[in-house]
Amino acid sequence: MDQSNQQLIHTFGALADLGQEVANTGDFNDMVQTSMHLLLGTLALRRGAVVECGAADSLDCVAVWGLEKSALEALRICEEEKASLVDTNLRSLLLKNGSENGFVSRYRETLVASGIELIIPMVVRSQLTGFVLLGEKATGADFTAEDFETIRAMTRHIGVGIHTHRLLEQVAQRAEENRRLYEELRGIYRDTVRAFAAAIDIKDKYTQGHSERVGKYSEIIAREMGWSEDEVEGIQIAGYLHDVGKLVVDRDIINAPYHINAKQSSELSRHPSAGYEILAPIRHPYADIPLMAKYHHERLDGRGYPDGLVDEQIPLGAKIVSLADSFDAMTTDRPYRRRRSFEDVVQDLRQNSGKQFDCTVVRAFARAMLKEVTGETKERRIVKMLGKGYLDGEKVPTLLTDLIADMERAKRPVDQEEQQTAGA
Amino acid sequence: METTNTTIRSHCVGTTAVVYASDYLNKLTGERIERECRRQLDSGCRALVIDFSDTELVNSIGVSILLGIIDVAERNGAEVVFSDVNNQTRALFDMLGLTRLVAVANDENEALTNLSVKQPPPVIN
Repeated sequence: MDQSNQQLIHTFGALADLGQEVANTGDFNDMVQTSMHLLLGTLALRRGAVVECGAADSLDCVAVWGLEKSALEALRICEEEKASLVDTNLRSLLLKNGSENGFVSRYRETLVASGIELIIPMVVRSQLTGFVLLGEKATGADFTAEDFETIRAMTRHIGVGIHTHRLLEQVAQRAEENRRLYEELRGIYRDTVRAFAAAIDIKDKYTQGHSERVGKYSEIIAREMGWSEDEVEGIQIAGYLHDVGKLVVDRDIINAPYHINAKQSSELSRHPSAGYEILAPIRHPYADIPLMAKYHHERLDGRGYPDGLVDEQIPLGAKIVSLADSFDAMTTDRPYRRRRSFEDVVQDLRQNSGKQFDCTVVRAFARAMLKEVTGETKERRIVKMLGKGYLDGEKVPTLLTDLIADMERAKRPVDQEEQQTAGA
Repeated sequence: METTNTTIRSHCVGTTAVVYASDYLNKLTGERIERECRRQLDSGCRALVIDFSDTELVNSIGVSILLGIIDVAERNGAEVVFSDVNNQTRALFDMLGLTRLVAVANDENEALTNLSVKQPPPVIN
């Protein structure tokens, strides 16, 4: 094989490797260093460097081989000099020939003393990205016209690689900034919703902190059910806002220190639909929040309100909020009664599962409580919300274990009852 | 005693280190050879034999790294000899001018013999 063919094959191989290398989105410095090696190895050049235009007039050495990096640290270039080099269109500047460009003539002596013979400006999209600096060939021969073409092609590749890398870095940086801003906005949204929940509860002097607790119970249940973090956050918000419709209900009805009459009850029953109307026009970052507020008083047996939906018609989120709401109602003092014992609450959950509450949801909540009671989870959020002593009884783990077992057995008791009735 | 730098084999004969290049001299293996050569030079070797008996192919990065090794050796006053280079690689080295910078021996023994003739005997006080 003659030498020109051999050189051609060697150059093609290097160009193929270079194309792959500049597309590598991994380590930037490694990409530039390898690309420079490919260029040096193609023509067997003994030394070289790649410098990149940095902030203001600085030039940063991003790859170097066969010469001291310190020799390149003092390089600076002004805007006019950059502009004049853009016009060279990747033409190699032979230092021995001199140059009218201020940058080249200023550093000519220093670079020649370091063994640099060629400067090739890297121009991408009419902007100077930096330079490739090259030393002598191992053969000691002068550069040929073919050599210059090879250098030009490979320098263009390296320039595009650097430019693309920097663009990707900028995109990643902006994406990160956007993510942070979005997180901040979500934080502001959450804080606003919590403040709003506190405002809702202030209207009802007997249920202060109720919305906040329903939000937290809902979150705990959803997490136990394996919901994603986004969904868990969403249901927490739904819990905070489930009673927002009470804002339109007469304060005297909400604060009545006795059982309310039918008319007052009907007025109070408006609050889920009113809540939906308040929440529906808002663009929430989470799905179905208005629906969870609307349906948190629906029951699986169809005896709930406002629409009398049955089981599958009720969104799972609304079932979770419904249980959290009822649980908090049963475990907090009201004007006309003291809170119920935990044993009593468990019995209520058991009796109403499949009628009012979804068995899967009850089971998840019981599991979350059991984990706290047995110390399986370090965080004792439910225990804290229920107050000291409430879940400390010796029977509590057994009550919860039995409830979980019952919920696993009890699959759709309503349907079973209906079947039994039909059979009878 | 023979040592290995990950996959790079080497051993010392007096003040000469013999470093064995792998079957494909590319970025990964080139960097390993370079590290091994630098280590040998730092520990006082005055000559390097890079043996290519296992080497089938050398790419551009491999060439560049070999030039770097020659450069570092020169700066350390050490000589470099290539040995057992196959015809294809020899033609590449000739074309690119590497063989103007280093001697090429037919095999490791020839490289070591040539170097021992050139190198002065150690000074005994």
